[in-house]
Amino acid sequence: MEIRFILNQKQVAVDAAPDAVLMNVLRDLGCKSVKCGCETTNCGLCTVWIDGKSRLSCSVLAAGVAGREVTTLEGVEEEAAEFGRFLAEEGAEQCGFCSPGFIMNVLAMVKEFEERDAASGSGVWDIEEIKEYLAGNLCRCTGYMGQLRAIQNYMAERRGAAEGREMKEVQA
Amino acid sequence: MLTISNYVKAKTLEEAYELNQARSSRVMGGMMWMRLSNAKVKTVIDLSGLGLDQIEETDKVFKIGAMCTLRQLEQCERLREEYGDGIREAVRHIVGVQFRNQATVGGSIYGRFGFSDVLTAFLALDTFVELYDGGIIRLSEFVNRKPDRDILVSIIIRKGKRKFRYSSVRRTKTDFPVIACAVVTGIVHGEESWYFTVGARPMKAALTERKWKLGPDESEEAIAAYAKEIAGEFDYGTNMRGSAQYRQHLAEVLLRRSIRSILTEDK
Repeated sequence: MEIRFILNQKQVAVDAAPDAVLMNVLRDLGCKSVKCGCETTNCGLCTVWIDGKSRLSCSVLAAGVAGREVTTLEGVEEEAAEFGRFLAEEGAEQCGFCSPGFIMNVLAMVKEFEERDAASGSGVWDIEEIKEYLAGNLCRCTGYMGQLRAIQNYMAERRGAAEGREMKEVQA
Repeated sequence: MLTISNYVKAKTLEEAYELNQARSSRVMGGMMWMRLSNAKVKTVIDLSGLGLDQIEETDKVFKIGAMCTLRQLEQCERLREEYGDGIREAVRHIVGVQFRNQATVGGSIYGRFGFSDVLTAFLALDTFVELYDGGIIRLSEFVNRKPDRDILVSIIIRKGKRKFRYSSVRRTKTDFPVIACAVVTGIVHGEESWYFTVGARPMKAALTERKWKLGPDESEEAIAAYAKEIAGEFDYGTNMRGSAQYRQHLAEVLLRRSIRSILTEDK
């Protein structure tokens, strides 16, 4: 069956079987960042965004995304590279196999938390809250400590940059 | 392995119901559990185009569409105001945000899974299910029915002043629960009533109730005795996550903590 959807801001049309899962369809379309790590729907490696929300593409029927917007790591290259630098600085990466799914969920989390903060005016992110948000992203090399440091540094820099922008606006 | 020959995004509930009358058809929720099953499905029916992804509120009820995700439950401010952190507590340990953005309330309830936190939580509240053909029936009745060809449309919680507590034990974060308990209390027909559900025993959640009048000054010993009585009312099983005896012990501890937490809330 033909399925049309938006992949990384581009309209695509693919011919896929009714039981094709999104993960495989995305890989066939060249998005090799999307991987299967567990076969039991809980490792988070296949994380992509559907209409902006983090989802497990291994359990999504490709047919079900017709008309929707799908984003993979390939579609957020710039932000991913930026956060990737923080990961590298903390030596957080070992084999790197889980990184694409992890980065997708980190970016979704940062977006969600920043939107919430903008609405409520608060800006304190509890480390437990971060851990809870990312509990569905498994890494079998590390103990997650480097990743958590990287996230905190990344968020602090974003906050600093946002405050800098605000200061400029106020001065202007 | 799961194979599907035909995918249909239903345009009406009636169409979904008609298609589902064939034994080879299957309604899909979030597909989290279904995709891990072994089945040859002729027609898979997708309900995502029917607007069943809303949590609606009236004076008397909360109506949760079958296609609402567990994440929506977790983030629903009104449910939190009404029942405290219990609803969030019931779902926040389930795998991860990505999973909960996808797993549906309807899938969790319709599946009547032994491991279901969602079922354990809702069964303790004044909850009904709306079926396309079967109308509105109590969740406590639905839970013991054999799966049939009907379509689950929504979950309806009748409002009333309730105190709600949820707790579970997991061997590791994001895993299935070893045991899950919900405790609810409120005035029903003028009488103080207590509702207790225990799930993941590892059998599906079951409910028991009491007309107990308990005050904030109940002794620890008295509360322990109540918890022991309730925990002793359910049957437990043994699997790789824990023995029956261990599960009953955990249930007793969680029930005791929840009862105490409710009784001392206003202290």
